[in-house]
Amino acid sequence: MSKDKAFPSNILALGATSAIAEATLRLFAERGARFFLVARNPDKLAAVAGDLLTRGASHVATHIMDLDDTTAHPAMLAAAAENLGTIELALLAHGVLGDQQQAEASFPIAEAILGTNFIAPVSLITWLANYFEASHEGTLAVISSVAGDRGRKSNYVYGASKGALNVFVDGVRNRIDRSGVQVLTIKPGFVATPMTAHLPQNALFATPSKVASGIFNAVKKRKDVVYVPAFWAVIMLILRMIPRRIFKKLNV
Amino acid sequence: MARPSPRPRFESWGRYPTLDANLVPLNWSTDFPLAKTPATRLLPVGAGRSYGDVCLLENGTLLQTRGMDRLLAFDPETGVLRCEAGATLAEILDFGVPRGFFLPVTPGTKYVTVGGAIANDIHGKNHHAAGTFGHHVLRFELVRSDGSSLLCSPTENAEWFAATVGGMGLTGLITWAEVRLRPIVSRRIDYHGEKFVGIDEFLTLAQNARAEYTVAWIDCVATGRNFARGIFMQGEHAKEPGELKKSKEPWLTFPFDLPAIALNRFTMAAFNTAYYHKQFPKQKTAKVDYEPFFYPLDSVLHWNRMYGKNGLLQFQNVLPHASGREGMVEILKAITRSGLASFLAVIKFFGDKPSLGMMSFPQPGIMLALDFPIRPEVSFDLLDRLARITLEHGGRMYSAKDARMTAEQYQTFYPQWQDFARYIDPSFDSAFWQRVTGRRPLDE
Repeated sequence: MSKDKAFPSNILALGATSAIAEATLRLFAERGARFFLVARNPDKLAAVAGDLLTRGASHVATHIMDLDDTTAHPAMLAAAAENLGTIELALLAHGVLGDQQQAEASFPIAEAILGTNFIAPVSLITWLANYFEASHEGTLAVISSVAGDRGRKSNYVYGASKGALNVFVDGVRNRIDRSGVQVLTIKPGFVATPMTAHLPQNALFATPSKVASGIFNAVKKRKDVVYVPAFWAVIMLILRMIPRRIFKKLNV
Repeated sequence: MARPSPRPRFESWGRYPTLDANLVPLNWSTDFPLAKTPATRLLPVGAGRSYGDVCLLENGTLLQTRGMDRLLAFDPETGVLRCEAGATLAEILDFGVPRGFFLPVTPGTKYVTVGGAIANDIHGKNHHAAGTFGHHVLRFELVRSDGSSLLCSPTENAEWFAATVGGMGLTGLITWAEVRLRPIVSRRIDYHGEKFVGIDEFLTLAQNARAEYTVAWIDCVATGRNFARGIFMQGEHAKEPGELKKSKEPWLTFPFDLPAIALNRFTMAAFNTAYYHKQFPKQKTAKVDYEPFFYPLDSVLHWNRMYGKNGLLQFQNVLPHASGREGMVEILKAITRSGLASFLAVIKFFGDKPSLGMMSFPQPGIMLALDFPIRPEVSFDLLDRLARITLEHGGRMYSAKDARMTAEQYQTFYPQWQDFARYIDPSFDSAFWQRVTGRRPLDE
């Protein structure tokens, strides 16, 4: 509950009702952080806001919007900056898994996945990168996925949206890290969330709270890229090293 | 990437019986009623810490509430916490203890949900002073499968409050509840342990006990002059201010199913003897942390795997004081003769405070709880015998711990069951309720 000076306490959460975002925000709330929360569903956002306040947040503002609407981003971001005074940490957490089979059959479905997972974040990050660069401090944390590390038969549309996001965020980091801004790419593996509730769960699935503590520590240590849980770094290293002539025959 | 495992199965803590069901996670209170109504019956479930089949429904749909774990409001003046029903008591302690608040009533594990605590109207070592969990619930929201929602308290929709407290999840989905926490100034418990031999020594200690928390561990293996030996334990929250930080996560997980043979008459006798002699002097006073005092088994996650993949059976009953001594001696003799008892037997006096739930288990008298490994025939026969002794002495058994009561036994223990049935949600059912209403036979 004590407030840590060197630690971000003014937090903008985009997609605040996502299970990973919510679990992460709780860790900051316990330290008395202040929040500007953005999500689509007012009932869910109100529940999250109440929870963060109860756990120790010193201020919570909420903003209802569909983040796919990129034209509304600048006004929302300006409102967040004004409400918080300064944004010290921006957490991008919205995204969709999408249906791979439907996306294979229909471009509009693939386009919608790319819109939510890549185009909308590009719009948000463009504004935020300029904001943080000008203030010479802050943390831009983007939830991507291990799925972006290599294209796989089973989810390459989702994977492509996250892979493109990784490249974009890498570039932004190389531009603004030198201004004193932390740019963190977060790559969760399988997480037991509503997004994955329809999938059979196995031992590789982690809880949102486990993932959240990985994110929390990565912010604290000012990392560039973090796999959560950490063992995914090893799994993905191996997966990336499989020669293409073998990889293309695998059912992964 | 990794091969998907077959359909996951929701197990109760006793891992018996094992029944397949569809699992639907509820993450928000607005997730119910479901967008697409399943063709099956429904049952809300929490952490799966009840032992038998109250949290199971064969070929039904289990509504998993653990994702609804938000703490919605807290008033440090009154200690009233409003939280969603899937929050666990462990999560409430993590929140409350650093702020100087503790659970008003806690069972022997903190890994139960608030919804489960209400649905089973759980009790703890302070039953004689504080009653059951239901006594500390100010109100809750009950959502029915038709989408209607009822705010229930002892004064508002009081009959729904009474049906839902101890109502085994059958009356609808509890989405959130308000619980009054109690102030503490330290994690510490002032502990006093006293050894006894024989039921009469236990009764004397229990009658004279004055502490807020009392419970006795009793050896259900020893015979002869050691018959019914045990340790009578009392505790109070420390009065002098002390540490109030939150607990560490347990690091120990029981890693695999132990072969069934590992828990046998000899290992259990050795364990019980060691436990009895752990406390050397007849009386011992100490300052202990609340974790080992309330939750000695929670430090090993998945301890139920110790019983092997066959699982375990619990027996928990209460006998009225008038017939209690005679009945308990008969029960303890039946248990020691069977050689099946294990190490978790506890005995305690329940207080006189009437429970608020129609179907709540506690009533004034002597309560006994213990577990057995499952050895088909032997353990089923023993449980049936214990149920009969309980009946003969005017007692009753606890649905949250039971997997083997017959419909006839249950209906004698809880003659109000038909009144209660009027409050059951038309879409809800449970394997337990099917069994005790004669719609599901016991396996032989």
